[in-house]
Amino acid sequence: MLAYALRRIAMTIPVLAGVATLVFALIHLVPGDPAQAMLGESAPAADLAELRTRLGLDQPLTTQYRHYVTGLVRGNLGTSFRYNTPVAREIGQRLGRTAQLAMAAMAVALVIAIPLGIIGALFRGRAIDHVATTLSLVGVSMPNFWLGPLLAIVFSVWLGWLPVSGTGTWAHLVLPAVTLGAALAAILTRMTRATLIDELRELYVLAARARGISRTRAVVAHAFRNSLIPVATIVGLQLGAVLTGTIITETIFAWPGVGRLLIQAISFRDYPLVQGCILFIAVTYVTMNLLVDLLYGWLDPRIRYQ
Amino acid sequence: MIRRAGLVIVLGTVLAALVGPWLSPFDPASQNLPLRLAAPSLAHPLGLDELGRDLLARLLAGARISLFVGCAVVGISTLVGVAVGSLAGYLGGKVDAIIGRIMDVLMAFPGILLAIALVAVLGPSLRNVVLALVTIGWVGYARLVRGQVLKVRELEFIQAARALGAPLSRVLVRHVIPSTLSAVSVQATLGMAGAIIAEASLSFLGLGVQPPTPSWGTMLDAGRAHLFDAPHLTLVPGAAIAILVLGFNFLGDALRDRLDPRAG
Repeated sequence: MLAYALRRIAMTIPVLAGVATLVFALIHLVPGDPAQAMLGESAPAADLAELRTRLGLDQPLTTQYRHYVTGLVRGNLGTSFRYNTPVAREIGQRLGRTAQLAMAAMAVALVIAIPLGIIGALFRGRAIDHVATTLSLVGVSMPNFWLGPLLAIVFSVWLGWLPVSGTGTWAHLVLPAVTLGAALAAILTRMTRATLIDELRELYVLAARARGISRTRAVVAHAFRNSLIPVATIVGLQLGAVLTGTIITETIFAWPGVGRLLIQAISFRDYPLVQGCILFIAVTYVTMNLLVDLLYGWLDPRIRYQ
Repeated sequence: MIRRAGLVIVLGTVLAALVGPWLSPFDPASQNLPLRLAAPSLAHPLGLDELGRDLLARLLAGARISLFVGCAVVGISTLVGVAVGSLAGYLGGKVDAIIGRIMDVLMAFPGILLAIALVAVLGPSLRNVVLALVTIGWVGYARLVRGQVLKVRELEFIQAARALGAPLSRVLVRHVIPSTLSAVSVQATLGMAGAIIAEASLSFLGLGVQPPTPSWGTMLDAGRAHLFDAPHLTLVPGAAIAILVLGFNFLGDALRDRLDPRAG
């Protein structure tokens, strides 16, 4: 297991280096002068020069890159142009909110998907299966930037049950979590159904049935347990979609997380903050994938020897 | 039935986008401020937006943008992805390793995050949206084609073509790539749905097509400020996106069932 873990971690290091390099390159893709773009066309030359020095843009590219990498190693993501505070601190202050939203969305997805997937597999080909499958396809096709306002119209505007935006109580979390979790729920429903149908063909299920165990019990107590590994993997892999989903969901519901910080940073042309947020989200995603792979290798020893 | 539903939705949208100017007599940009936020009526079947512009006319114009972005992104991504993927798979060795590392880095950015980053620095515009979505889009095709080529290149008819002295480009174009096309066509159909959602997401975040050009994403974003007094501004473009995306997903699923019976 240790050799597998080390091999897998070693594979991640060049990816992280590549991600960091690409994020470093971002500010150099700004057409024209990044300092001018940040301060505006009418900015005085002295201010432009001062900002260029502050961002290190007046130094050779290799020196900039060296400073950037040494900064990253020390956990320094640069200084926000708008807030004049360390980027890492700005992200740190909002991290909890994003984590809370992502976890709530995952919980919503699991609560919807697992029963629907089991129903689909149990009643395969029947009307109820078609309903579950169509619902999941609708869920995949329904963009969260539409589902969010739609839920807000029904539950906030028409029914007045839930707040339309902001934070404070658990009620504030409901609409963002459902909005973010719906697509994941749809994917998980399809995955649970498909893996369960595969498992149901296995001999141990037939053996259980031969022992007189009911079909429902054979599915729920035996086959479902074995279908959990691929389902868990999908949950891990979909974390990326959840992470990017937070950007839109947080914007819709004014949820003060890292995603909303990124969009605000873009509108203020706060490039150091944009780079910090992008790097943070990508590194979180890569790390999560690594953890899922390690977990998978631990759960299923065959993976380690491939 | 699903195959037909997908086809009907997609063809219907294409047709509506093409004949749009004849379906609605109003200019999508012309404003009628006294009637702003008016609910659907006989004259304006989908109502008017926050600047008194006809929502049906804007929806039809927006369909052209969505379909254009979808076709451009999928078309260019497919070309780049098929070329890079078949080279990586066929040549193997260092070429494959280098392309593999580049793809690993691009795949390390979840969803449209890299597209958001690129548009953030390049500036919001239709061209930059297509560029950003192609930058993240080709990887999926390249991975798919590389995998297929690895399987195909060992087959006897490819070995035979090589033994007969056919140059690399001919082997790739005439023999290797055609055998991967059915898988690519499924991915391209599903990719249309992805590209349309991605464009709408970027426009919704203010990073895509800029007003006054009508895009379904910008229309949704503008509608957000009027959830209470004019919910139709949110309902109409959102429904259009969801239905078109559903159409491409249905079509992609049906295509996959037809081309690969095992996947059904």
